[in-house]
Amino acid sequence: MAIRSFFLFILFFSSSLSPVFSLYEDQVGLMDWHQQYIGKVKQAVFSSQRAGRKRVVVSTEENVIASLDLRHGEIFWRHLLGADDVIDGIDIGLGKYVITLSSGGSILRSWNLPDGQMVWESSLQGPKHSKSFLLVPTNLKFDKDNVLVVFSNGRLHAISCIDGEVLWKKDFEAESFEVQQVILPPGSDLIHVVGFAALSQFEMYQINAKNGELLKHESAFFSSGFSGQVSLVSTETVVALDSTGSILLTISFQDGKISSQQTPISNLVEDSLGPAVIIPSSVSGIFAIKTDAVTIFIRVIGKGNLEVVEKTTHEIAVSDALSISEDQQAFALIQHASSEIHLTVKLAHDWDGNLLKESVKMDRQRGLVHKVFINNYIRTDRSYGFRVLIVMEDHSLLLLQQGEIVWSREDGLASIIDVTTSELPVERDGVSVAKVEHNLFEWLKGHMLKLKGTLMLASPEDMAAIQSMRLKSSEKSKMTRDHNGFRKLLIVLTRAGKLFALHTGDGRIVWSYLLRSLHKSEACQSPIGLNLYQWQVPHHHAMDENPSVLVVSRCGPSSDTSGVLSFVDTYTGKELSSLSLDHAVVQVIPLPYTDSTEQRLHLLIDADKHAHLYPKTSGALSIFKREFSNIYWYSVEDQNGIIKGHALKCKCTGEVADEFCFDTRDLWSVVFPSESEKTIATVTRKLNEVVHTQAKVVADQDVMYKYISRNLLFVATVAPKGSGEIGSVTPEESWLVAYLIDTVTGRILHRVTHHGSQGPVHAVFSENWVVYHYFNLRAHRYEMSVIEIYDQSRADNKDVWKLVLGKHNLTSPISLFSRPEVITKSQSYFFTHSLKAIAVTSTAKGITSKQLLLGTIGDQVLSLDKRFLDPRRTVNPTQLEKEEGIIPLTESLPIIPQSYVTHALRVEGLRGIITVPAKLESTTLVFAHGVDLFFTQLAPSRTYDSLTEDFSYALLLITIVALVAAIFVTWRLSERKELQEKWR
Amino acid sequence: MAAVTPLLLLLLLSSAPSFSSGSRNAYNINGRVKIPQGLGLGTKGYALPGRMSNVKVLLNGGQNITFLRPDGYFSFHNIPAGTHLIEVSAIGYFFSPVRVDVSARNPGKVQAALTENRKGLSELVLEPLREEQYYEIREPFSIMSLLKSPMGLMVGFMLAVAFLMPKLVENMDPEEMRRAQEEMRSQGVPSLSSLLPGGAMN
Repeated sequence: MAIRSFFLFILFFSSSLSPVFSLYEDQVGLMDWHQQYIGKVKQAVFSSQRAGRKRVVVSTEENVIASLDLRHGEIFWRHLLGADDVIDGIDIGLGKYVITLSSGGSILRSWNLPDGQMVWESSLQGPKHSKSFLLVPTNLKFDKDNVLVVFSNGRLHAISCIDGEVLWKKDFEAESFEVQQVILPPGSDLIHVVGFAALSQFEMYQINAKNGELLKHESAFFSSGFSGQVSLVSTETVVALDSTGSILLTISFQDGKISSQQTPISNLVEDSLGPAVIIPSSVSGIFAIKTDAVTIFIRVIGKGNLEVVEKTTHEIAVSDALSISEDQQAFALIQHASSEIHLTVKLAHDWDGNLLKESVKMDRQRGLVHKVFINNYIRTDRSYGFRVLIVMEDHSLLLLQQGEIVWSREDGLASIIDVTTSELPVERDGVSVAKVEHNLFEWLKGHMLKLKGTLMLASPEDMAAIQSMRLKSSEKSKMTRDHNGFRKLLIVLTRAGKLFALHTGDGRIVWSYLLRSLHKSEACQSPIGLNLYQWQVPHHHAMDENPSVLVVSRCGPSSDTSGVLSFVDTYTGKELSSLSLDHAVVQVIPLPYTDSTEQRLHLLIDADKHAHLYPKTSGALSIFKREFSNIYWYSVEDQNGIIKGHALKCKCTGEVADEFCFDTRDLWSVVFPSESEKTIATVTRKLNEVVHTQAKVVADQDVMYKYISRNLLFVATVAPKGSGEIGSVTPEESWLVAYLIDTVTGRILHRVTHHGSQGPVHAVFSENWVVYHYFNLRAHRYEMSVIEIYDQSRADNKDVWKLVLGKHNLTSPISLFSRPEVITKSQSYFFTHSLKAIAVTSTAKGITSKQLLLGTIGDQVLSLDKRFLDPRRTVNPTQLEKEEGIIPLTESLPIIPQSYVTHALRVEGLRGIITVPAKLESTTLVFAHGVDLFFTQLAPSRTYDSLTEDFSYALLLITIVALVAAIFVTWRLSERKELQEKWR
Repeated sequence: MAAVTPLLLLLLLSSAPSFSSGSRNAYNINGRVKIPQGLGLGTKGYALPGRMSNVKVLLNGGQNITFLRPDGYFSFHNIPAGTHLIEVSAIGYFFSPVRVDVSARNPGKVQAALTENRKGLSELVLEPLREEQYYEIREPFSIMSLLKSPMGLMVGFMLAVAFLMPKLVENMDPEEMRRAQEEMRSQGVPSLSSLLPGGAMN
């Protein structure tokens, strides 16, 4: 203990102010990796440019537009739009501009296809909200200007493709008119806008594409009404379903005259199927309807005669039409067989003939095909070849060509929900430890290169060789546990319901598993993954066991739908078991106890405030009963502004005896006045955080005791008016209140009001301090505040020597009923950037000083020493305080470019930062995720317990050699001298 | 550049109410981001890390995001009157956030000020305050740095002892020297040669 305290002293004094995290440019990629993703593809457009590299432009559900290399699937360029700027449509105009329509059809942008530079941006307004359509006709011209046709917000626009100027616009203001399709036949300059009005009226407008003049307006009344979408079967015919979903309406509007035909589905298919929906497709002459079990393809012959061409119970995906010549259209169809998918390409007018039929082996872990995009190319023998881009259930993107998967992208990793880590297996006997350098010459060459590098004599090519050699070193990507604890598995849960295990060494996917329990089923309509917990972490003596994780999910978006638990082995990636719960999961409380098989106890709180204990074993139950009265938790009700504390009461008093179910009772509640305060952030300490010492030695040999309690909760509330965006409120009517609440007693330990401030609040809680980031409206800058809380009840044990020798009195009585004697210190500083995430480094023993990791609005991660957020900073620190390492107070926090953890990279769409301690005390592992992933190691107080990467072994060797040589030389000299002296 | 200037005067600080008929008090904010080319050339041959196409302009902490046109202009549409914050995210450059007041009383008036140094902007042209260098610059190889390292000091000290000490001893008065040697012998301080195994043999 004493030695450790001294160690702490040394750390305090030795750490200097210069940025601790700093990297040379040639060290990039040595300890860090960066992966770029785009998310689940919504729409893909193939570039038809003949020359240059083949590209495909995609828009995704993560609001990314990207241009991908069709040959390898790499990203040429990519832009992440704002969170509210959802992409409605993309297309390519004039072969060189990517046109995107976003934000509900109100922003139209054009991007340069080769380099992704934005060319122009226009804002489109309209009278009312509506569906939006983007049409890029190839040969519609207006004063030599190519024209785009956009329907959005109830208004039809014609826009110049060159500069985004609106050429003409036409409003569709009729109150109830709902647009369904905007049709512009190729080669024609008549635009047809069709839609429904007042639920049962079919409306058709014919508009001159040259000037927006309304040529014709026809409407027809259908007593049975409409439901769902319409499908366009030719440029003058649409198919719709009536409101019961059982009668097909074929409506044609040739020459501006509306004629229609009704066909009950039962006429086409014998057995009744129940209500159907139309699957929109753009293949002329063919449309598809889908009922619960069956997908039916129907051909339209002539004027409204329908004919079933195929009926299938398989999962099926259809692409849009691709015109391959003047009058021929092709489309792709994908059907699932057990472990294969069958791809067929057909001509639109010839269902039975296949242009192409291929079977491709498909990994089961990718799930079903969700989307298909087809593209053609001309083979050397001048026949058509087809390639298809498919989007799978796990959000991955694959290119199929000639019956093979050419490339695949794991874009599910762009939407990570939760992350946990797992240790790798221990190295066993018989497993070869390290690959022996296969060639002595190679080995020598490598070391010569390294020596050259350290002596700064290397040429750029040599540097590149050294770099690649370092990257290739197999040490960091081995599949076994290492001494320093740098190698781990990152287990991530994605929105698609897939688990991935990533190796921390190089970021590769070790295994992936599409959770079966997250598949859609009758009992579980729209399952969503919620959280990951470590379920079983075998201790050192139980090495044969594999660790496992618990995935908590539920069957629907609302919190009262029933939950599902799955248990997944982290070494093999197999699901051990899964449980469909008969209760909801509102809250999961991991308890700090394990049963005899080292399964961690978890308490699940359901919607009726019953607590359910897992695992359901008798061992777990007996441990739980022992700790029954020591279990407390809290819940936050955002809407009502109430925070409640809970404890267990007794066994459930339901009709069914369930000994793992417990009733709960409310202990306390804190009610915030709803007219003046609205909760916007709550933060607690991390459960597994380790604190090395409670004592903090200040300058004049005094000791302060940190108030360290796992049950502290930080809550931030703002004035209800100020909960909106910046700029929506004046400083006078906005305030922010920060609370520290004890979650066992419900006592408010500290409360501070920041007048003229507003959210969003990002906060992090560690040891005895909390740091939070908010917006100061008066200064119109962001601010960061720190609150440190100290225990005063032991203030008389001040003698540092007693502490060092371990002789101070630790046994002051603690009672729930006495108010804890605490004092708080706080200070605020300006900070330049908006934040997206905030985290703090964590190390194995908690000795190393802390750094804050700030995810800035520019998607970078900045590390900031905690000493910059020390409430004891003053403008002129005394000599003693300076020695202690207190930095003179400044108005704002410094941003040192070298302390960007992500250096020159961006973690696009940053959402979270996770820190995991390594076994080596000085080092912490940092994983930042968003659309991109980034991983690195950090040493907040430098690597004081190991040699750094750039430690020069060559210099050490040279020194030793020089010393030995010198010893011999001096020995000879001294010998000679002695001899001379003896002769004298 | 000269050709752009008249256009620039027209565009800058114009916040005309947009043609939207639905919302009366929505304005546009137009501005420009200018990255001086000369800035990047001062330091040694780093390629400019942030191209113009990777620059983002963010309003109110990411509520709206827009990108730059090739000439550096950007605009936000349909912004309500009030005080807003514009941030520029460009890898390799440090931009100060800008406070922008969009006034409802006299439309067409925008006031802007850098929040970092409270400098008012007469026009909404955003320039980086400084360049950001994310990497430490490796110092070129020099004898001094080698000597300053712990190993270098060790070798240096050893050499000093081995070669300078005898010189010092030589310069001493021979009588004093003999006295000192005798003193040492009497105290039994072993000489270097007797310490080494070979030396002990003699």
